[in-house]
Amino acid sequence: MEPFTTLTGIAAPLLRSHIDTDLIIPKQFLTTLVRSGLGRHLFHEWRYDAEGRERPDFVLNQAPYRQASILLAGPNFGCGSSREHAPWALKDFGIRALLAPSFADIFFTNCFANGLLPVQLPMEILETLASMEGPLTVDLPAQQVRGGGHTFPFEIEPACKAVLLEGLDEIRRTEANLADIAAYEARRRVEAPWLEIRSH
Amino acid sequence: MTPRTLYDRIWDEHLVTTRADGTSLLYIDRHLVHEVTSPQAFEGLREAGRPLRRPNAILSVADHNVPTIDQEKGIADLTCRLQVEALEANVKTYGVPYLPLLDERQGIVHVVGPEQGFTLPGTTVVCGDSHTSTHGAFGALAFGIGTSEVEHVLATQTLPQRKSRNLRVRFEGALPRGLGAKDLALALIGRIGTAGGTGHVMEFTGPAVRALSMEGRMTLCNMSIEGGARSGLVAPDDTTFAYLHGRPLAPKGPLWEAALAHWQTLASDEAASFDQEVILDIRSLAPQVTWGTSPQWVTDIGGRVPDPAEAASADEREAMRRALEYMDLRPGTPMEAIPLQAVFIGSCTNGRIEDLREAAAVARGRKVAPGVRALVVPGSGLVKSQAEAEGLDRIFLEAGFEWRQPGCSMCLGMNEDRLAEGVRCASTSNRNFEGRQGRGSRTHLVSPGMAAAAAVTGRFTDVRRLMEM
Repeated sequence: MEPFTTLTGIAAPLLRSHIDTDLIIPKQFLTTLVRSGLGRHLFHEWRYDAEGRERPDFVLNQAPYRQASILLAGPNFGCGSSREHAPWALKDFGIRALLAPSFADIFFTNCFANGLLPVQLPMEILETLASMEGPLTVDLPAQQVRGGGHTFPFEIEPACKAVLLEGLDEIRRTEANLADIAAYEARRRVEAPWLEIRSH
Repeated sequence: MTPRTLYDRIWDEHLVTTRADGTSLLYIDRHLVHEVTSPQAFEGLREAGRPLRRPNAILSVADHNVPTIDQEKGIADLTCRLQVEALEANVKTYGVPYLPLLDERQGIVHVVGPEQGFTLPGTTVVCGDSHTSTHGAFGALAFGIGTSEVEHVLATQTLPQRKSRNLRVRFEGALPRGLGAKDLALALIGRIGTAGGTGHVMEFTGPAVRALSMEGRMTLCNMSIEGGARSGLVAPDDTTFAYLHGRPLAPKGPLWEAALAHWQTLASDEAASFDQEVILDIRSLAPQVTWGTSPQWVTDIGGRVPDPAEAASADEREAMRRALEYMDLRPGTPMEAIPLQAVFIGSCTNGRIEDLREAAAVARGRKVAPGVRALVVPGSGLVKSQAEAEGLDRIFLEAGFEWRQPGCSMCLGMNEDRLAEGVRCASTSNRNFEGRQGRGSRTHLVSPGMAAAAAVTGRFTDVRRLMEM
């Protein structure tokens, strides 16, 4: 996985609350068999009209936000469906960092599997960031968001930070624990033998 | 020993190891797989040349994409068909148990798992689907995961996890007549909001929960995710054990006895402490109906569309204003004065036999109102057969409802069951998000009885008035 260290880029403001994953990537694009190519469908119903034309009033259809690599959003971002197509679509569009007051649990986890950094910041700070001109810098090693002469620190769990900084492959990490897993399974076969499904 | 909650207990029993960075590796007992969130996971496994660790811990079925009409003719939509074919090829390659489309046991993954006895108390259950919380009804730690996590479970039968906090929900009093688990769920989400349970596992307690059938408990736990909690839990009891006994994949004979002895110990300790508690008095609760584009925007059927001017904050005011604009509703309108054009009865929330009985009891001897299209989609082939054996299909058909084949259908409209722009729908599903049932469609979440009442009156109606006295 591509590591995340420090990112400087355009931040698109979309400060609405409860942006759900159905809005981030609607159902009609979930029949894909691959992870790539979803960026042009990101926020589809907000971004395009019923005839498929761009809506000029939507932020990602405006300069300079077409090139945004950071998204500023309202609380509870990514709520609803577990679809990992949501972070896939954001990443394919070019977004690498998401700044919001809070994130839904499943979406939050899905971000780390895809090298996306979700940063929690209070709404007042997001409003300040949204009102500023010029690029922002999201510095993961220093745990800071910088722009317009301001510096805002943020919190992140060390384990989550390491996954992004090192671009860790979680399955490979867990494979280091295969002996523990085998030992657990052997113990459970004795303690809870009813869990074994012998035939379907 | 420190008193533990049920969640703490299941967590402890599934902890494989705690790693140096503080993350825990949790063992996964049961994995449900469907066509939409699994192709990239199998592809990842294939590319890395990894084996699938435990095929028999998986149950797979196609549900999101399948047509609910003429299933015998196959899937007409090309991309949907390719995705189901990809699932079929993957389960064949890796030897994963699969229920094919025309098998009577096929249906919505969260209806099928419990029906087959695949879901058991005290287990960990995952699926690439947020409504996996449904299985918490059995006292299982069940939660939705992303596709990368699906791949992780296929490869290792574990997941790296951070422990959630404990939230106890206590419903005080008994459910009034004409109300059900859906009303409990919506009222709770109305109280705590869709982010109220974020970072928590919710345990549902109180006499009304004990009185719920397994199907009602599944409806309640299903909606935990709409309250932000990844999982909901109901401690297992005799209702749970009676439901499971004799199910095809449930343990049998001496193993059943051993399992039962363990399951009977599964409850939160009396002195266990919860990080948060929510108490909801339900003695005077009325049937619930949502008015906005989030499940938290809900009111009593006797209530009115709220005024954004009364919102607590500027953000909330703006969010409500947008929602009412999308829903084409004016503040102050009585909920019972809102006409609608569509009704959907089904989904992993309310597509089980008791849901269909509840709706049929209202539909019996009545007609779907002019200008309303009403769909009934059983949650599985077994639910469909049972309903037909009881004559429920005849009641629905005679009333003018469409009687369909099983699948996720109009809950999310991945197949052709979608609403047109501007159509207002009373739906027994779980999400009223913008565009959820079709671009520009307007969804109001209700119970099965309320959906049937809306179908026969053409507007939202207090189902209690239509119930036999």
